[in-house]
Amino acid sequence: MKIHEYQAKAILARHGVPVPAGEVAYIPSEVGAIARRLGGTVVVKAQIHAGGRGKGGGVKLAKSAEEAEQIATEMIGMRLVTHQTGPEGRIVKRILVEAGLQIARELYLGLVIDRATGRPVLMASPAGGMEIEKVAAETPHLIFKASIDPATGLLPFQARSLAFSLGLEGGAVGKAAKVMAQIVEAFMATDASLVEVNPLVVTAAGDLIALDAKMNFDDNALFRHPYIKELRDFDEEDPLEIDASKYSLNYIRLDGNIGCMVNGAGLAMATMDVIKLAGGEPANFLDVGGGATADQIRNAVRILTADHNVRAVFVNIFGGILRCDILAEGLVAAVRELNVTLPIVIRMEGTNVDAGKRMLRESGLNFTTAEAVDEAAAAVVKLAGGR
Amino acid sequence: MAVLLDTSTRLLVQGLTGREGTFHAKTAAAYGTTIVGGVTPGKGGTTHEGWPIFNTMHDAVAATGANASLIFVPPPAAADTVMEAVDAGVALVVCITEGIPTLDMMRVVTFMRGKPTRLVGPNCPGLISPGKAKAGIIPGHICQEGRVGIVSRSGTLTYEAIQQTTRLRYGQTTCIGIGGDPIVGTTFVDALRLFNADPDTEAVVMIGEIGGTAEEEAADLIRREFKKPVVSFIAGQTAPPGRRMGHAGAIIAGGKGTAAEKMAALEAAGVLVVKSPAEIGAAVKSVLG
Repeated sequence: MKIHEYQAKAILARHGVPVPAGEVAYIPSEVGAIARRLGGTVVVKAQIHAGGRGKGGGVKLAKSAEEAEQIATEMIGMRLVTHQTGPEGRIVKRILVEAGLQIARELYLGLVIDRATGRPVLMASPAGGMEIEKVAAETPHLIFKASIDPATGLLPFQARSLAFSLGLEGGAVGKAAKVMAQIVEAFMATDASLVEVNPLVVTAAGDLIALDAKMNFDDNALFRHPYIKELRDFDEEDPLEIDASKYSLNYIRLDGNIGCMVNGAGLAMATMDVIKLAGGEPANFLDVGGGATADQIRNAVRILTADHNVRAVFVNIFGGILRCDILAEGLVAAVRELNVTLPIVIRMEGTNVDAGKRMLRESGLNFTTAEAVDEAAAAVVKLAGGR
Repeated sequence: MAVLLDTSTRLLVQGLTGREGTFHAKTAAAYGTTIVGGVTPGKGGTTHEGWPIFNTMHDAVAATGANASLIFVPPPAAADTVMEAVDAGVALVVCITEGIPTLDMMRVVTFMRGKPTRLVGPNCPGLISPGKAKAGIIPGHICQEGRVGIVSRSGTLTYEAIQQTTRLRYGQTTCIGIGGDPIVGTTFVDALRLFNADPDTEAVVMIGEIGGTAEEEAADLIRREFKKPVVSFIAGQTAPPGRRMGHAGAIIAGGKGTAAEKMAALEAAGVLVVKSPAEIGAAVKSVLG
């Protein structure tokens, strides 16, 4: 799960990480009021779940409260497009107003799970304020790492060593090591999957402050962090994806015109691959899971046909525990009930496949059945009208 | 022969008294697996479907001589359940549970350091050695005892590979679902080493997916020391970056973990990489004749 910058900063601050003075607002007059309280130059930052906001016009300096309010008037409701939002962008609804800082240096700190070692890895770079993927690709020698042993946590010498690698001196070394320890603590305490402070700035006065912050969380651990679950912003998600999540359906909306319904995440990805290989474009990823019920199948059909780009549907099921005849029954009932007229191509394999196919054939509905995945993909691409 | 699981396996089921535990224990027993009992804290001393139930893994192992454990326990308690099995000293632990927090799995891996137990999973369909035994949810009727080793991060794609190799009458030695989470007990490298040492495994089908670098590490091992032909399919060639594709581990993050990188690494190691899962059987045929 993703959260906004201001929410991530609040969590990090709770663990001791220094962040700029600031507040969040939803209307321009509040932005003005906050700027007045902070005094001096303020930074007006659009809050969306995507990076690259500065380049897209989502981060602006204001020298007065009036200017801050003026900027907010333009920013709230604007469609902010960045390299992470896709061409459709995101509507700005929340604004973070922060006190401006005198910045001497910009550093980078990031913490993720390193899958190869199964441990958290803390990354630090003197190339702060830049996209870290770009730094990793172009100047990998500027990224320093410390692997954290879960049994001991981040050790002080590791943090010091990273601080020296960042070129810090004197009191800044201890301050940086402290921030690193606090970030690790916040990560572990919240079941985060990512913490990124980019940039961590060194101010003219020699303080270290998290100027920007990003936190993602492990969805599987939200059950034990109810206050983080509450931070979910439904405005940042696709309405169909929210709808699907209510029925434990794994649905991700894509740009194509062939709706997919599959059991198993791997097979669902593979189904998208074969559609593309056959010259078509998938409209979604949809995994109904291993033990889909009739109710889940009905909702899956409803959700994937609610996408108006969909011209044809591809159902690809390998019946293991989920029996093919149960699936066929659910599918026939759902298509009748929802009055779906789109062509549906079905490829089934596994348990009770013959009974399932017979039920589909005898239903009199707009079903095409196919034996092999490739054959089914070719059929559905044709029915969707090619590319 | 087979790897990890055979007729000498004596299996305990942790969570046997639950709905899924009951269903799959009965299915596995019907397949010929020796199931010696179950563990459900608080239900020790009772029997369930004829099997003795124990409060702790230590009690269960002492009483039954079990050497393996299969886990059907809900996510919040699953990591603890795995560690209890490891502590009891069984050689093999198979964890089916989907949705275990990553930090819990990190603690499991730390706990297991230096201990001899092998963990398969979590978030996996388990394993089956056709004609011998199964520990998990892979449907036995699509399998056939034979010559191909199968290892996969995905459940239903494993079934595709099994079905195709069964139809062509090659059959399988052992099929291992290693699971779709970021941290898993058994990796492709581990599974490949086991298949390399198994005289009956003549070829391996490896099914990967986007996210992480496990496939690249496997490619490295294959190039250095693997003696048998490998066929591979990587799911997620068209997956968008930054989106978690169902499995917790299936995500292209920071531009890394793409299918293209994995396919190139495997091809460079001499693996026959197919673009569609429908081609797995034919590819096995081309390497085995």
